[in-house]
Amino acid sequence: MNTIWALTGVVIKELYRRKDFYVLFVLTALLTIAAGSVRFFQDPNIVRYVKDLCMLLIWISALLITIATAARQIPAERENRTIFPLLAKPVTRGQVILGKFFGCWLASGTALAVFYLFFAVITGSREHYWPVLDYLQAFLLQWIMLGIVTAMTLLGSIIFAAPSSTVTILFIVVAGILFLGRHLNTVALHNAEPLRSIIYTIYFIIPHLELFDVRERVVNDWGLVNWLVCGLAALYAAAYTGLFLLLTWLAFRRKSLN
Amino acid sequence: MDAILRTENLSVEYRTRGLRQETRPALKGLNLSVSAGEVFGFLGPNGAGKTTTINVLLGFIPPTRGAAYLFGIDVRQPIARQRIGYLPEMTYYYKFLTAEELLRFYARIFALPAPEAGRRIDQLLKLVELNPVRKRLIKTYSKGMQQRVGIAQALINNPDLLILDEPTSGLDPLGRMKVREIIQRLKNEGKTVFFSSHELGEVETICDRVAIIHQGELKAVGGVDEVIGSNHSNLEKAFLDIIGYQPQSAL
Repeated sequence: MNTIWALTGVVIKELYRRKDFYVLFVLTALLTIAAGSVRFFQDPNIVRYVKDLCMLLIWISALLITIATAARQIPAERENRTIFPLLAKPVTRGQVILGKFFGCWLASGTALAVFYLFFAVITGSREHYWPVLDYLQAFLLQWIMLGIVTAMTLLGSIIFAAPSSTVTILFIVVAGILFLGRHLNTVALHNAEPLRSIIYTIYFIIPHLELFDVRERVVNDWGLVNWLVCGLAALYAAAYTGLFLLLTWLAFRRKSLN
Repeated sequence: MDAILRTENLSVEYRTRGLRQETRPALKGLNLSVSAGEVFGFLGPNGAGKTTTINVLLGFIPPTRGAAYLFGIDVRQPIARQRIGYLPEMTYYYKFLTAEELLRFYARIFALPAPEAGRRIDQLLKLVELNPVRKRLIKTYSKGMQQRVGIAQALINNPDLLILDEPTSGLDPLGRMKVREIIQRLKNEGKTVFFSSHELGEVETICDRVAIIHQGELKAVGGVDEVIGSNHSNLEKAFLDIIGYQPQSAL
């Protein structure tokens, strides 16, 4: 575990020393503050709409940070050739993948926690209402979902040549799953064979990231999701994360480093 | 004496890219053996197979045939690299870290306890004369300084075997001298050093034994005097003769 945590620490150090990470971070924080502080004549519908926009912004930013961070980890190690002195130590490629995964996941969790904190402070100071547990649950579910996205992106970064193509493809795939994933079974019903079977297969194979989206509940104050359900969702996410990490290891273990 | 680095009939073939995937041999049945306490020079012209050999020894690429062992352990097992230090030809380090942070990172990989890691880092930074700049980011260092960080990271686990890939390449005379001094010091401490180099004068001064490789084949191996023989005045002349170099005036 020493090796994995050492690698995790390096990923996090790199992130806070890179300026591009701050740009997105500061921009989102400013937008959240600005949007969250607008009052619009105390109309609750407008307030809800603004809250919804803020949550959407948090989701997009967190996804972008996660995908952009994870996409360049292993390609950068290979391009800068830092992988050579690293693998010359008693380090396995599996440990490299796990170290990178935990580093990216923790970094995205940190960014997400700050976003939620901003959001909670802004909305709380306006509404004098602090649904801390609701925010905590929304944060935890989103962070668990980002674990799947991190593992998927690491796999993409081994398969696709350049980090930019990994970022683009993964963002489209993740956005596709989030917006269309839940409707694929309905789409399948309206198609003839063999397309129906293909769409159904995709529906059952893809990780349903939308399960972790409780934005509507937070915005409309619908209360907490049963924690048991959250636990099951965490197990579901762990299974997919494990699967993607396994596939990443299989793709990386014999890959030429040059 | 037991060999701590050994290759047995080691062969590596690369596949060419493109539709017709042809194989190109990079190493052809290499047999090498390096004993504890030796400083072993691994020589050859560019493209001879030196870096390929080192890449196999470090587990970066698998051999096509044959095997390689470090301390009697197959190099494909990560544990074989527990007691070695490696200095790459170029400075491939995390440049967003300081020298101290980089060394602490590698110390954690070797699971050195924090107090011991701290002492070791202090010692190494003094050895490579980087103590005053230990808190500066590596990206702000000169090439010579970065190479010295490389030496420090290679020594973090107090290795019994050091593998150096052209350690003085691209350094100014002062930098080269410092690297030579460090290798000499390691030799005096009884460490085994395996290094590839084009600096034949340097090899002649430091090494106990040398091997000359050309087009993937081992052409000569033995003590420096043995390889120079009575026919040549120095290692450079012996090297050129062994690889079959003919000066243009002779053609």
